[in-house]
Amino acid sequence: MSPRLAKGLINGLLIGAAAVAIAPLLYMLSVSFMPQGQASSLPPPVLPTHPTLDNYRQLFMNAGMGRYLVNSLVISTSITLVSLAFNLMAGYAFAKLAFRGRQRLFQLLLGALVIPAQVAMLPLFLLLKYMGLVNTYGAVIVPALATIFGIFLVRQYASGIPNDLLEAARIDGAGEFRIFATIVMPLLKPIMVTLAIFTFLAAWNDFMWPLIALTGQEHYTLPIALASLSREHVQDSELMMAGSVVTILPVLVLFLALQRYYLEGLLLGSVKG
Amino acid sequence: MNTTRAAWLFITPALIVLGLFFLLPVVAALVLSLTDYDLYALADIRNLRFVALDNYWTLLHRPLFWSALGHTLYFVVVGVPLSLMASLGAAMLLNSPLARFKPFFRTALFAPVVTTVVAVAVIWRYLFNTKYGLINYAFDAMGLPTVDWLGDPHWAMPTIILFAVWKNFGYNMIIFMAGLQAIPGDLYEAARIDGASSFAQFRHITLPMLKPTMLMVSILTVSGYFQLFAEPYVMTEGGPLQSTTSVLYLMYEEGFKWWNLGSASAVAFILFVIMFAVTATMLRLSKRGEPA
Repeated sequence: MSPRLAKGLINGLLIGAAAVAIAPLLYMLSVSFMPQGQASSLPPPVLPTHPTLDNYRQLFMNAGMGRYLVNSLVISTSITLVSLAFNLMAGYAFAKLAFRGRQRLFQLLLGALVIPAQVAMLPLFLLLKYMGLVNTYGAVIVPALATIFGIFLVRQYASGIPNDLLEAARIDGAGEFRIFATIVMPLLKPIMVTLAIFTFLAAWNDFMWPLIALTGQEHYTLPIALASLSREHVQDSELMMAGSVVTILPVLVLFLALQRYYLEGLLLGSVKG
Repeated sequence: MNTTRAAWLFITPALIVLGLFFLLPVVAALVLSLTDYDLYALADIRNLRFVALDNYWTLLHRPLFWSALGHTLYFVVVGVPLSLMASLGAAMLLNSPLARFKPFFRTALFAPVVTTVVAVAVIWRYLFNTKYGLINYAFDAMGLPTVDWLGDPHWAMPTIILFAVWKNFGYNMIIFMAGLQAIPGDLYEAARIDGASSFAQFRHITLPMLKPTMLMVSILTVSGYFQLFAEPYVMTEGGPLQSTTSVLYLMYEEGFKWWNLGSASAVAFILFVIMFAVTATMLRLSKRGEPA
């Protein structure tokens, strides 16, 4: 094969693959601006004939989308902020602070990674019910406030901090909390960004647990609300596409802005052991 | 001494969360699966009875459990190889020195991964709509017979698999790209001098060198695909004729629709045991293949 042909073939395939990956998202955007009924006509329209914001207006005015958006933001932000603090502290301690049983405890946590989260969901529901947390933000936030994956990620990264640096600070008489706040935290900044965006995206996109724990509409997150709306409005494709745009756009924009950190974290987290 | 105390203070918040809201419920699930916890026990705990392995025994005699397991295995056995092939293909294209605009293509191919399953499932449901969907329209225009994608019990699962491949291939693509970049270029150079074809290079250099990456990616993807739930929940509600009811879908209905929490816990545990057995076997088989 001539180099020119090979070049054409490879780039052609890439264009085709990228089109398949992106086209459904662009189509969603296009249909979301169509007037009601246009998406259910033949031949299927690709672009709106008379672009309109009606679907978005109806979502926010009548379907309570604003409320769901706020719910999603509150839940995802709380999970991200608190779990970031907990995972950072634990990951750093497992990497750099010697204590008895450290190795064994960490092995135990890694071992627990093989247990699928769904095994815990039924008793967790009962536990939260007895705690009075079912159908509150807390039911979704509290169980997500620390993750084994997050601790693992921070530990991997924090292992690279030179011990001399910490020792020098100890000799100067700095306490452990001060060392953590003034020396360790600045060094962990890249992994903080990575973990924050990972956590936020996972919390935003999470489906099964919020579906179980949030029994009343007033606390629904966007994915739960969208699933419920799509069962009621099977025929209203334009409205559903607008709902999908509202759900996807925030995380897509976040990813595009911080993509470098996200992809690095993906690689770091997949190198087990 | 001071360090030890600080260390425990640092890890305690995370340990409380993980212990109370994950490890304790896992143990409780095992206990729960040995009881007849149902709506009556939910109302009054005194109605709870210990039934030993009854839940497991009953499940093994329920056709719906076996069909749910069958659908899940179908999804894993067909979906994982397809996903990995798409990921590896995309990674090799992106890794080629001839490829242009690499950052753009990488972002475009990865975009479906960060989207919300429910939202993109809603899009695909529309694309696959029998009457108004673009896909059937394109089939018709090309003179192909149209398909009732999500309404035909034979087609619903393949359609969900196609959707899952589209949604997930970008994740493993990034890991494969890192694996490909770690292969020394001299190997290909030497093979070229010896006159090896592109395909021979792929078979005798790329695939063997990627083996560790391939193993890790396969295990992670298999575990993920066993947990099929949101896709059938949104696209087919487990139907048509329960042809897309997965094990987790069954667990969800059993537990949170019918409130048979004991029986649902047994479903969860069986899924866990199967996942563990499958991934452990994959690990063992791959070790056996290695030269001592």
